[in-house]
Amino acid sequence: MLLEVTGLDAFYGQNQALYGVGFGLDEGHVRTLLGANGAGKTTVLRAICGMVRVAGDIYFDGKRISGWATEDVVRLGVAHVPEGRGTFLRLSVEENLQLGAMTRKRGREIADDIERVYANFPRLKERRAQQAGTLSGGEQQMLAVGRALMLRPRLLLLDEPSFGLAPLIVEELFSILRRINAETGVAMLIVEQNAALALELADHAYLLETGHVVLDAPAAVIAADEAVRRSYLGY
Amino acid sequence: MTSVREEQIAVPAAEPVRRPVSMRLTGRRLIIAVAVALAAAVPLVATSFVTFQVTEVMIYGLAILGLNLLTGFNGQFSLGHSAFYGLGAYTTAILMHNYDVPYYWTLPAAGAVCFAVGFLFGLPALRLQNLYLALATFALANAMPQILKFHALENWTGGVQGLVVDQPDPPSFLPIDGDQWLYYFTLAVILVMFAAAANLIRSRSGRAIMAIRDNPIAAAAMGINLSLYKTLTFGVSALYTGVAGALGALAVAFVAPDSFTIFLSISLLVGLVIGGVGSIPGCLFGGLFVLYVPNIANSLSTGLAGALYGVILLLVIFVMPAGAAGFVRFVLARLARFRQS
Amino acid sequence: MELLLQQVMAGLANGAIYACMALAVVMIYQAIDHLNFAQGEMAMFSTFIAWQLMAWGLPYWVAFAAAAVVSFIAGVLIDRVLFRPVQKAPILSQIVAFIALFSILNSSAGQIWDYTIKSFPTPFGHRSLFGGTLIDTHEAGMIGVTLVMLALLYLFFRGTRLGLAMRAAAANPESARLVGIRVGWMTALGWGMAAAIGAVAGMLIAPVVFLEPNMMLGVLLYGFAGAVLGGLTSPGGAVAGGFAVGIIENLAGTFIPYVGRELKLTIALALIVIVLMFRPSGVFGTRVVSRV
Repeated sequence: MLLEVTGLDAFYGQNQALYGVGFGLDEGHVRTLLGANGAGKTTVLRAICGMVRVAGDIYFDGKRISGWATEDVVRLGVAHVPEGRGTFLRLSVEENLQLGAMTRKRGREIADDIERVYANFPRLKERRAQQAGTLSGGEQQMLAVGRALMLRPRLLLLDEPSFGLAPLIVEELFSILRRINAETGVAMLIVEQNAALALELADHAYLLETGHVVLDAPAAVIAADEAVRRSYLGY
Repeated sequence: MTSVREEQIAVPAAEPVRRPVSMRLTGRRLIIAVAVALAAAVPLVATSFVTFQVTEVMIYGLAILGLNLLTGFNGQFSLGHSAFYGLGAYTTAILMHNYDVPYYWTLPAAGAVCFAVGFLFGLPALRLQNLYLALATFALANAMPQILKFHALENWTGGVQGLVVDQPDPPSFLPIDGDQWLYYFTLAVILVMFAAAANLIRSRSGRAIMAIRDNPIAAAAMGINLSLYKTLTFGVSALYTGVAGALGALAVAFVAPDSFTIFLSISLLVGLVIGGVGSIPGCLFGGLFVLYVPNIANSLSTGLAGALYGVILLLVIFVMPAGAAGFVRFVLARLARFRQS
Repeated sequence: MELLLQQVMAGLANGAIYACMALAVVMIYQAIDHLNFAQGEMAMFSTFIAWQLMAWGLPYWVAFAAAAVVSFIAGVLIDRVLFRPVQKAPILSQIVAFIALFSILNSSAGQIWDYTIKSFPTPFGHRSLFGGTLIDTHEAGMIGVTLVMLALLYLFFRGTRLGLAMRAAAANPESARLVGIRVGWMTALGWGMAAAIGAVAGMLIAPVVFLEPNMMLGVLLYGFAGAVLGGLTSPGGAVAGGFAVGIIENLAGTFIPYVGRELKLTIALALIVIVLMFRPSGVFGTRVVSRV
């Protein structure tokens, strides 16, 4: 297993947000974390990246990373596209992408990867010298994903990629994600409120409710089960 | 095309004054009553010098409260309060020295003058944020001594030499001396003004003032008149510090331009932070700190007094980053949780 | 007209001092997103270190380089020991920490080297340039060094990966961590660089204002004013702002009748404040968009 989480508790100050969460992810696979607002989905991603206080075990590629600093987790090959995208608004599109490759050394490969990102997201290429803050929401999201890919990650964490985007853009984004997973074999853990879309992309899903995992099943099974969809996912 | 960047509006952080769960209103009132009783006893049991020092602590506390109203509760950063303190002090000195006004009337006068100047200064300040406001208030603080020394105004201000102020005489029917009377007079003024400030903060206006600090755009969207509240707060803040300055003039019996420099502003700021931004009782602790710690540092080593002061300041900030009030809140919260478990 | 030109040149010469300081101020601001009120005192202390090295017999340029290096290290240490513990504290508490640093440096310098004014040498000499009284070689040297530092900084920040990483770390520390940047080291590097730049500024300024513990008080204020006027996000703007402040101060002192001489500083600041009211982010600063 590439990523393995067992008995994970997470805390914001004195408040506990996750209770004994457990799940796993294999190399090259796509899984999704579903649930309502406040369920703890974002907290799971932040826990993996060392951004909240945790108790329990997180293993990445056999190494125990619980309690590691964010920068060190990233250097293992974990790229996180956070809630709100985390773009460097004052810097240009190209600089944002260059920052994604900050921990890599080979200039030639980095330049090639930038071109690959532009191939996947042509709109970014048009705006390569523009300040990132002037891009539209959809373009910023693509930039955020592009920046994450510049790490050549083994695991891509995406926090609500569809947030605030028009449906057409979201479909475009998700089809690009599918293609990237197929071409590069990068594993993906996607937090989403848009369950339908996420279940199409992922092969396995976990449902969180107030910090607990309440459902753990293949995506196809959940998508097919009308009762579960109605009561938990609202459609 | 102008480049655009996003900025989170940086606010001098003041945590909302949450009353600890374990204290009830009567408990609070009891503590205040005891404190006042103790304060009233001081001149009767302590030496003249100590009485004078406690008077000064109260005066500084009041000056810091003025700064607190503007910076702690309303989020407008000011390095210029030494100017208001000096303005209040000189108002008192000039009225008493040149026009023979009795000392007790000079306080409202000082308050009014400072309110007006503060309000007027608050108008252009509306357009300035944070460190730009800091620079503007810094300019104000720098201007004050220079204006006071200005030769054209010498006939009123006494120029570089300053003015002498007569110590207030105690009323004839009370068997106390000048220092003790000054103490009680100051205590009375402090009680009234601190109570008024506490009432203001608890009122709707107080909530509006704090809302402006926490999220100005949201406050404006809720219908709060930002310009009005911000300039009024500037005025009230200047009034408080100005009255403190007036009392200071009476206490020291002397005013001179170089007593009201930017270093006084910095002292007030340090006192504000040490006492606890956004805490009214904290102001008195801040006053205590600003009065005593430099003296302690000086007595330990005259040459390195400044360095020692700096080190003490750092240690206090490391241990109590939210000031004394924050520390007390922290301890009480821990106790409450301990009692719950 | 002759007088005007003379005053402008004199203002430029003074302005070079302020521009130097403004550069250090913006440098630290770019690195840590805060103003360092103790910047002037750090520069002053560094200059004293250089003076002491020369008093012990080291030649000028060796002392100069050594002071810059020592300042760099000291800057990093100050970041670790003083700034790091209060990083999560409210802004006002951090300001008080800077005030404490100011006090410590000022007092220590006074104790170690006392308050008598000392002269500080210049490698540029004090000969007059262009034959007239407009500007001398040291002042020209100051302007030159400031511009060279500015150019080097610009190349560093825009053209190197490390410079980009530092800008990212200052702009958005959390996102910077998410791309693997060690934000703590970037901050420390920023402090070190600011301290070194401050040292250079101090060593350039000392020959003019003479070396004593309080030499930087006024200069730092003018440096801040210049940086704010030019825009805190723009090193070039800060330098331009510094020069502008020098010129404004001089012209105000000479030409505004009756009040000029005595209230020079106040008028200069007042003018700057007025400019800020129309351009709240400084003349060259980036426009700030506030979101709820």
